Amino acid sequence: MAVFFDQIFVLLRDWLVGFLPAALRPAAGVVLGVIAIVCVFPGLFALTTVFERKGLGRIQNRFGPNRVGPYGLFQPIADGIKALTKEDIVPFSANAVVHFLAPLVLVVAVFMGFAVLPMGRNMVLVDMDAGLLFFFAMSAATELSVFMAGWSSRNKYSLLGAMRAVAQMISYEVVLLLSSVSVVMIAGSLSLPKIVAAQNQYSNGFPHWYIFTPWGLAGFLMYAIAATAETNRSPFDLPEGESELVAGYHTEYSGFKFALFFLGEYLAMFSISGLGTTLFLGGWSAPFSFLSWVPSWIWFFGKVMLSIFVFIWMRGTLPRLRQDQLMNFAWKFVLPFTLLNLLVTALWRFMGEGWARWVVCTVILAAAYAVMGRLEMRSEHFGRRSYRYAE
Amino acid sequence: MLGDGILKGMAETARNFFGSYVSKERLTTVEYPEKRIAPIEAARVFPLLVYDGTDWEAGLRCVACQICEKECPPKCILIEKSKDKKPDYVGKLQFYPARFDIDISVCMSCQICVEVCPFEAIKMDTQFELATEDRFGGLLLDRHQLAKSNEYYHSIHPTEAAEVDARLAEEKAKVEAKAKAAAEAAAAKAAAAPNPAPQAGGGS
Repeated sequence: MAVFFDQIFVLLRDWLVGFLPAALRPAAGVVLGVIAIVCVFPGLFALTTVFERKGLGRIQNRFGPNRVGPYGLFQPIADGIKALTKEDIVPFSANAVVHFLAPLVLVVAVFMGFAVLPMGRNMVLVDMDAGLLFFFAMSAATELSVFMAGWSSRNKYSLLGAMRAVAQMISYEVVLLLSSVSVVMIAGSLSLPKIVAAQNQYSNGFPHWYIFTPWGLAGFLMYAIAATAETNRSPFDLPEGESELVAGYHTEYSGFKFALFFLGEYLAMFSISGLGTTLFLGGWSAPFSFLSWVPSWIWFFGKVMLSIFVFIWMRGTLPRLRQDQLMNFAWKFVLPFTLLNLLVTALWRFMGEGWARWVVCTVILAAAYAVMGRLEMRSEHFGRRSYRYAE
Repeated sequence: MLGDGILKGMAETARNFFGSYVSKERLTTVEYPEKRIAPIEAARVFPLLVYDGTDWEAGLRCVACQICEKECPPKCILIEKSKDKKPDYVGKLQFYPARFDIDISVCMSCQICVEVCPFEAIKMDTQFELATEDRFGGLLLDRHQLAKSNEYYHSIHPTEAAEVDARLAEEKAKVEAKAKAAAEAAAAKAAAAPNPAPQAGGGS
């Protein structure tokens, strides 16, 4: 029975595909998988928007939206109708073609990333040998769309937002890649299902997730920071920067194109949380061996939603960074620490089994964190600010 | 240590998040259309015209002196003085407003009209649900719409209304005492003088 529920979507797909002639079955299976992804994640997006607003409300001691439907659960439907019926304004001097393409490129590129994520046992659309590489290639394409949007709008706020976004996303892309490289070093594979399989082992009932190792914890923290910056979420939401840039690169977008940008942002959150789950949190594997009877896809989506909750929690807590703080943080702290983590991972790999590697790796990482945090992130005092023209 | 401030902040927001489900003191929102807060005495929205008695037209305290019209900063008051006169609360004949309009789309609720009115005739209302489909006619209140009874005024601003009533009663008593004194003096004079001179009606 447990196996049946675990594989229910796979069995459903096989049953549906069984009605077709044998020659069409592989293609039809892929199409069904695509349809499932295209339905499930926007559905999750709709739920997340309302839960985010309610959660932020609770953090600020108020109710969130609670007017549309029971507990405000139909709010996304109202938002969708509003976005669809709004006028689609294209600025007169905008480059119409690029302006139109930008949101599409974003959503398509983000959706492509889901193709390689294992969402449950045997539930991966394309089991690519270089799945991780494919994922990063696709998530790098979102930067293109952001810059397309900012450039084609012909608006200074859009352009400034896009420039910030590109600077930020490229800086943190490096960290994102390097922090996942340590996982690849240990797992010995770029294929995401293989990485999950490597973590899906238990000793004394506890899983071998990479987050439960010193290098994995450090890598996960750096990954989480970089993922927040990659998805332009608070406290790294400078590209949108409502208080200074109207809405950043999507200032000139209205109606459903804006909704597509919004969708793309949340889908990027899902996909990057899914990748983080796969790399460090054991993907679809259960947190304790006695819970293995719970279907694997429940664990995957549960972990993704937990990461989303942390995203929302951070958004409700932290103020926005300044541009120089953002860049300093990326290049002076996160990147060196990630590089050090790579060395520590190699050390872990070659020290072999035993408690010695736990102590050595933990001490190195903790000392590096303390020292680098003290030295690199100390606040600099520039003295009184002087204005050359304004006084 | 780098990051402990972030952890402290996250703990604080988590406390708010869970606390808002538990403690009523944290969640101070009153869901307006279904629930309301108790009326606040010091609230003010747009002006009203106070009338005494039951007939709004006869009882209007306004004597169309037009001070408020002149003082109104956004010029939202329009008053037309009557041709005839009618007695006010002490019985003295006064003009009355043949027309008294306030455009509440222009009014900025500054209460200057209330401050300058020497007759305690214009006061601030607390009625705020004034949405209408007609943005011109619906927001231009005439004197009938503006007229509110003294009892209503007492119900929305009890303390202030009691003070106003006391002041008006005092003034009325003063006027009556003066009239009585004048009448007594006239009577004494008439009694003292052998041949009574024709007296003009006692004005005050």
